[in-house]
Formats: sequence, structure tokens, C-alpha cells
Amino acid sequence: MSRPLATGHQGPYRDAPPGEKMLAEGLRAWFGRSEALKGVTLPVTERRVTAIIGPSGCGKSTLVRCLNRMHEVVPGARVEGRVMLDGLDVYGRDVDPVLVRRRVGMVFQKPNPFPTMSIRDNVLAGLRLNGVRPPDPEALAEQALRRAALWDEVKDVLDRSGASLSGGQQQRLCIARCLALEPEVLLMDEPCSALDPIATAKVEELIHEIGERLTIVIVTHNMQQAARVSHYTAFLYMGELVEYAATDALFTKPGNPRTEDYITGRFG
Amino acid sequence: MASAPAPSVARARAAGLATAVYRRRKAVDALMRGGCVAATLLALVPLGSVLYWVASRGAAGLGVSFFTELPAPVGELGGGMGQAFAGTVLLIGLAGLVGIPCGVLAGVYLAEFGEGRFARLVRFSADVLAGVPSITVGVFVYTLVVLSMRRFSALAGGIALGILMLPTVTRTTDELLRLVPDALREAALALGVPKWRAITRVVLRTAAPGIATGVMLAVARVAGETAPLLFTAFGNRFWSVTLDRPIGSLPVQIYTYAVSPYEDWHQQAWTAALVLVLLVLVLNVGARLLVRGRVPAR
Repeated sequence: MSRPLATGHQGPYRDAPPGEKMLAEGLRAWFGRSEALKGVTLPVTERRVTAIIGPSGCGKSTLVRCLNRMHEVVPGARVEGRVMLDGLDVYGRDVDPVLVRRRVGMVFQKPNPFPTMSIRDNVLAGLRLNGVRPPDPEALAEQALRRAALWDEVKDVLDRSGASLSGGQQQRLCIARCLALEPEVLLMDEPCSALDPIATAKVEELIHEIGERLTIVIVTHNMQQAARVSHYTAFLYMGELVEYAATDALFTKPGNPRTEDYITGRFG
Repeated sequence: MASAPAPSVARARAAGLATAVYRRRKAVDALMRGGCVAATLLALVPLGSVLYWVASRGAAGLGVSFFTELPAPVGELGGGMGQAFAGTVLLIGLAGLVGIPCGVLAGVYLAEFGEGRFARLVRFSADVLAGVPSITVGVFVYTLVVLSMRRFSALAGGIALGILMLPTVTRTTDELLRLVPDALREAALALGVPKWRAITRVVLRTAAPGIATGVMLAVARVAGETAPLLFTAFGNRFWSVTLDRPIGSLPVQIYTYAVSPYEDWHQQAWTAALVLVLLVLVLNVGARLLVRGRVPAR
């Protein structure tokens, strides 16, 4: 299951407890001088859905972007702390961020299919851009599109541009594009915030289905969505983790008064 | 939320839409629009008249012999400018080989990697280079290439034109890559694609039609350059495609013929001018078709 993150030296290794796919430890992140995360420690359980909720600007997106080393892509961004993937620090020395991102896929807030590619090429983009020539690209594209619950809608228009689809379809195309790479973890950064309720329902259903085989971390500012799709929920506020618990417990008897205030709508 | 409008708003509504203020706005709008249209027409007059004169005066001498024959000796009628046409095509090709790879790569550096003082310096230099008179570039290449080779050459001409292309190509590539949304770069990076592949296969491809337009603008600009060729490629009245020998070109030939005292040379200069315009047009259309064929429309 575990694929290498680096060639040669592998950095500090720690035995992960069973069921723990990822673990952020003392994670701090900056944009220039402003500190977006102030020491967050959060486990991510294998083949479960973990939701991250919190008001705008609390560091939710930064947190998931740190998990696959996408935070450092932004100029001036900096990270401290550790993020373990199967017991291996993805910020360790000699770890290639490119290899981390192949194992930890990401779906963005705004659907971002490649406009110059057809629907089929968009699905295969992850492989092709990495120089892999799949033996049976048609079958692979179909499989990924089926898993993303998009196949029936696009099977006759695979040569059309990815940009010709509706917003909800584009987002599922982006999910298919991730799934084609067989990631172990899928990070979803507010995947439904640009979608209408029907498209949102489809994506949520999809999360249920693929969540049985895949570890998912979903950022959402919609508490109902977190309650519907996730097994565990983390509440983030002002760059700090306020509470992490099983979703049922967090929403029915929150352990922290600030969590209670937030989920009952008293602020945020 | 929808409460009754404030009394002043209600009064304004009651007064109707055709108030004096509104009529004045409409008048100003019409005036400004008229001004814009007039200015546009004025700007089109030189373009239209240049094209008209070149076409009407040049068409007379257009024929196969223009492209197949060498210039006739003084006093003899007929002949063509075949060697100058071939020379111009070769010089444009050489200029492209020098200017396009350097310019596009410099543009990629500026847009994707360039930060800090060095990038600002490069950007500033490109802007300055764009404003340098072309004859200065000619002198520069003369000292650098012609003097060291001890002869005028097609190579020197190509290098001079290539340097003239550089700033346009660099800055258009830079500007157009900046227009590609970061979301696409992030999409590629998040798929575990190395940065260089994300740039070549996603970012550059998305910006390709615009970059091609910029490159063609640069080609169009240098295709008609005369000054830098006078003492680099020099000119040649005979067939030559040898890179280290002087070579003929349409602009230089036009210049020589236009200032000559012979009536039929003037006619051939007009024809050469028309051919030069058509050559740039064909290159432009060709580049657009090439790029459009590779990037599917939405």
C-alpha cells in the first residue's frame, strides 16, 4: 500500500497507530508574516471521512493545503511542524512534494478542468502529464468517470472540451481526474461551495461511495454537510484546533463552549 | 427589507425619467461615442490608404517572374526579385530561430520563476530594448558579427532581426502567461505533476494562441526592417542561401529601387512592397490556423 515518498533517505519514521492514515503534528503555517495556523494537531483516520469546519479565514483551506504540500506553492508561504503519512513525515528531508501529491489528491473549491483538453484527456491528465502511458486509456477513463458518477452524462461527448460541462459536472470531472491516479487520500477544499443544491447532493453521494475505499478530508463551511458526510469533525477557529471528535458527538454534545456557539449559529 | 422609499427618492420618481439631468447625460453620451467612432475612423485612414496604394500600384508587376527571376541589369526591362524574396524568407526564419526560443523562454522565466531584482532588471531591459532604434541593433551586430567574420552575411542579418524580435516575444509571453489562472497551475501541481511539466503542458498550451499572435506581431515588425540589414545582410543581386555570405532581402531591395532614377525600378519596388505585405499576412494567417488546430475551441 505504502508507496515511496523519496529516493534514498526517508527521514524520521514513526509507527502509526492502526487506522491512522495521516497526522498533522504541531502544524504552523504562514503567509508572509501572518500566521494562518498556530500549531494544529489533527489525526486523519483511514477510509473515513474527516470534515474540517470553521468560520471563513480560520485556516481550514491552509490546513488541507499543508497536508499535500500545496501550501508552499504560494509565494511567501511557510510551514513548520510535521505531517505524517503512513508514519512518514511528508516535510522530511529529501521528500519530493511531487510524490506526496500523487498519493494525496486534491479537489479545489472552484472546478478547474484543463480548458485545452477534452473530457477524456482531462481524466487521463494526471497520468499523461506524469509521462505515464496507460495500456488501456479508454477503460481507465471510463472507470474513473464511473467512480465519479459522471460516466452516464458524458459517455457520448468525451471529445468535447472539459470547460463545456456545467459547474457540477466539472467538479465531478475534477474528482474523476484525481481518482484516475488512485490516490490514498483525497483532500476536498469546499468542493460544493460553487455548486447548486442538486449538484451538491450528487457530490455528497459520491463522497459516501468513494469514502468506503479512500481516506477523505473535506473542508466545508456548511455544518449540515459536515454532519451528513463525515465520520469525524474538526472545528478550527482563528488558526487553532478547538475540538476534534466523532461527528455525532461533536454536533450533539460539543465539549467546548466555542464549538457549541459556532454550531448553534451564535457566531461565524 | 423592502420598506417604502425615502421621500426624496419618491419625488424623483414622480418627476419621471426625462429630467433635465437625464437629457444632459444622454447628450454627453452621444457626443463621446461620436468622438470615439470618429477617432477610430481617422486611425483607419492611413492603414486603408497604405494598403490601397501598395495594392493598386504593386499589382501591375505581380507575376511568376517576380519570384523566379533575378533583377535585370540597369537599362534592361523585366526581371524579378526572386533572390530578395528567398532572402527575406531565410532571414525571417533565422530571426525566428534566434528570437522565438530566447524570447519565449525569457517570458516563461519572468512569469513563472522571476522574483526580485534580477527579474525586474530583465523586464526593464526588455522594455528598453523594445525602444532601441533598429539601426542601433544593426550597428551592434555589425561590430559583433560582421567585423569578427570580416564579411557581411545572412547570419548577421538574422541575428540582428532576432534581437529586434526579442523584447516583443519576451513581454507578450510574460503578459500572457500571467493571464493563465493560477487555478490551472494548482490543478496540475496537485496531480503530482512536476512544475516544468505543468508549465510546458498546461500553462504554455493554454496561452499558446496569444503567444503565437505576439510572435507573429514580432515577425511582422522585423520582416519590413531595412536599416539593420544595410550593414549586416548587406544585399545581393544574385541567388544565395549561404549563411556566411551577403544575402538580398525585399526591404533593402525596395529601398535601393525606390531611390533609383528608373521608372521600371519604381514599379518593381511597389510590387516588392505588396509581396512583403502579403508575406506577413500569409505568415499571420498560417500561425493562427496552426495554433487553432491544436487547441480545441470551447
